[in-house]
Amino acid sequence: MITRRTLMTVAGFAFSAVVALPATAQEVVKIGLVLPMTGPFASTGRQVEAGVKAYIALNGESVAGKKIEVVLRDDAGVADQTRRIAQELVVNDGVKLLMGFGLTPLAMSVAPVLNQAKVPAIITSATTSAIMPQSQYFVRTSMAGPQSAVPVATWAVQNNLKRVVTLVSDYGPGIDIEKGFTNQFKKDGGTIVEAVRVPLANPDFAPFLQRVRDSKPDAVFVFVPSGVGSLFMKQFVERGLAEAGIKLIGTGDITDDDLLNGIGPAAKGVITGHFYSALHDSPENKAFVEQMKKANKGMRPNFMSVGGYDAMHLAYESLKKTNGATDGAKLVDVMKGMSWTSPRGPITIDPDTRDIVQDIYMREVKEVNGELYNVEFATYPKIKDPNAAAK
Amino acid sequence: MVATSSSTAAASRAAKLMKRRSRVRFYEIIVWIAAIAAFFVLPSKMLILTEIAILALFAVSLDLVLGFAGIVSLGHTAFFGLGAYIAGLVALHYVAEPVVGLLVAGIGAGLLGFVTSFLILRGSDLTRLMTTLGIGLMMAEMANQMAWLTGGADGLSGFSLGPILGLFEFDLFGKTGYVYCLVVLFVGTMLMRRLAFSPFGLSLKAIKANPMRAGMIAIPARKRIVTVYTIAAVFAGMAGALLAQTTSFVSPDVLAFHRSADVLLVLTIGGTGYLYGGIFGAVLFTLVKDWLSIVTPQYWMFYIGLILVVLVLVGRDRLARWVEYLPERLSKSKEEGR
Repeated sequence: MITRRTLMTVAGFAFSAVVALPATAQEVVKIGLVLPMTGPFASTGRQVEAGVKAYIALNGESVAGKKIEVVLRDDAGVADQTRRIAQELVVNDGVKLLMGFGLTPLAMSVAPVLNQAKVPAIITSATTSAIMPQSQYFVRTSMAGPQSAVPVATWAVQNNLKRVVTLVSDYGPGIDIEKGFTNQFKKDGGTIVEAVRVPLANPDFAPFLQRVRDSKPDAVFVFVPSGVGSLFMKQFVERGLAEAGIKLIGTGDITDDDLLNGIGPAAKGVITGHFYSALHDSPENKAFVEQMKKANKGMRPNFMSVGGYDAMHLAYESLKKTNGATDGAKLVDVMKGMSWTSPRGPITIDPDTRDIVQDIYMREVKEVNGELYNVEFATYPKIKDPNAAAK
Repeated sequence: MVATSSSTAAASRAAKLMKRRSRVRFYEIIVWIAAIAAFFVLPSKMLILTEIAILALFAVSLDLVLGFAGIVSLGHTAFFGLGAYIAGLVALHYVAEPVVGLLVAGIGAGLLGFVTSFLILRGSDLTRLMTTLGIGLMMAEMANQMAWLTGGADGLSGFSLGPILGLFEFDLFGKTGYVYCLVVLFVGTMLMRRLAFSPFGLSLKAIKANPMRAGMIAIPARKRIVTVYTIAAVFAGMAGALLAQTTSFVSPDVLAFHRSADVLLVLTIGGTGYLYGGIFGAVLFTLVKDWLSIVTPQYWMFYIGLILVVLVLVGRDRLARWVEYLPERLSKSKEEGR
């Protein structure tokens, strides 16, 4: 009797002895993809994963004589999980390259692992400027701080929108973007009437929109995370801001390609600045969009998935340059200064900051073939992270 | 203490009861041996073992309030999170040595526990649930708003820990981290155990069963609750400190509601009122979660939910009572009951 009970207890612990697979075969290079696949940011994870898969589908599974194996893990958007998973992937699974990281704190939390293990990490989603200095092993393919907001400021002043209210979500990226927009806008001669910050956790915009309406600006500049963008648009219409003659401008997060059709006609005419539109006219983008739709039941790629796609491209190209060598410092070295034509357009990895330098497009939401799209009408080439440039 | 008469028979009976209650159980030995063995047998699993140890300490501290004093708390993570932030800030601004941070975090969380304990003296279970939940939410929002101190939504980063006591460096494999957390868990559990199986702990159980009657036999219920809540807060704060120190990062998530819910879940799985439920629950919960999320990164939440529903249907009591079927003690002498 005793032994049986004892065994049961011991078995409980033995359960944990799921043996880590040892000795990766010579020709396999493992890439750890850590994303929020569940929880409030699951859509980010879904898009990035789809982007990564699309790249593999289009470019094959091997590069420089090595087979690429992507190990997908879910961190549910919780930072200590991200950190543990990243560390386990490096230590147990022998991952040579990390990718993903949906939110700023998630990316921040892995910095010590990268520094200690000397493994590069390509950020596909998180955007705050503060991440990059945390580790020499971070490289980014999403967006650098308020990159997309700066051209919007310039454009607004040129188009006679000189009195603007800013409305951003009250967290790292929101404050980054508010700062980036405001600095550029003032430099170009505009006036910020009011700066409104909306709590991230409680997205009821009604009272804030009323405040915007009361201050009668020419336009309201908006940044909210893409998921709540549709809610924002709905309330924007309900509050009658459009009738009051207040134009809506913002970063592309509010007119996210993935959600745009769901927002409906209310979105028409909204002007945004961003780095990617699914309608971007290039052969690279056509192939990408087609592959995404084919593999994901017609899902339209958004700016998150293009981040994943380019992260894979960066991984492939750097492995080509090192002839398949996976030394972390070497990989980061060859990534620096790399340029290529992504589905979003021409992009470069800044050799100094390891951050992305890309064109920002001004777009207007229009109906094309019965669907809503961000139609690009102006290009601001080679925008760097304004925060990093200021330093 | 139940012995109220001065008769020596009753006194010796009471002494015997206390002794029996506090005897080292068979499974306790197994737990610690297994935990030490894991260090040697599973070198690649140090990180998840560390996570288990931290969650276990957190859960054991909640069991002290929930299982013994009968206070249902949905805001226990307030202490956990405060401890994490204190440990992070201490490492960032003052001392990189972790034990100092651990103790300061414990004291800080204990202070918060002491202050807020007066709020839970009033009202029934539901009010307590709401009060503790409210405190947790307030702490979370404070951490978010005080970005100058806590880093706000970006989290607190950029600190690294020195060697423990100046001797043991944290390594990438997490070995030092595991041993460190295990030692703290062991010491913490032993201290709480000493407390829980003392007359003090017994009086808590009396309060849990019927506060009014407990008062009538001269148990100062309010004082006891304040004390035990404060002590539990100290250990919860230490658990938070361990998390901050082993990951050298504090995200605002340490104060998130789901952590309070998770730790309640852990106790539900492991059973309440005997402290080790926290440890058993933490092992089971973390392993199942980790395993499922590797097998199916997209849909593991579904299976966790399913398992929980099944667990509750099977019966929480039946689940928790399995421990009673384990052999009681190591000593050979079969003592008579009461």
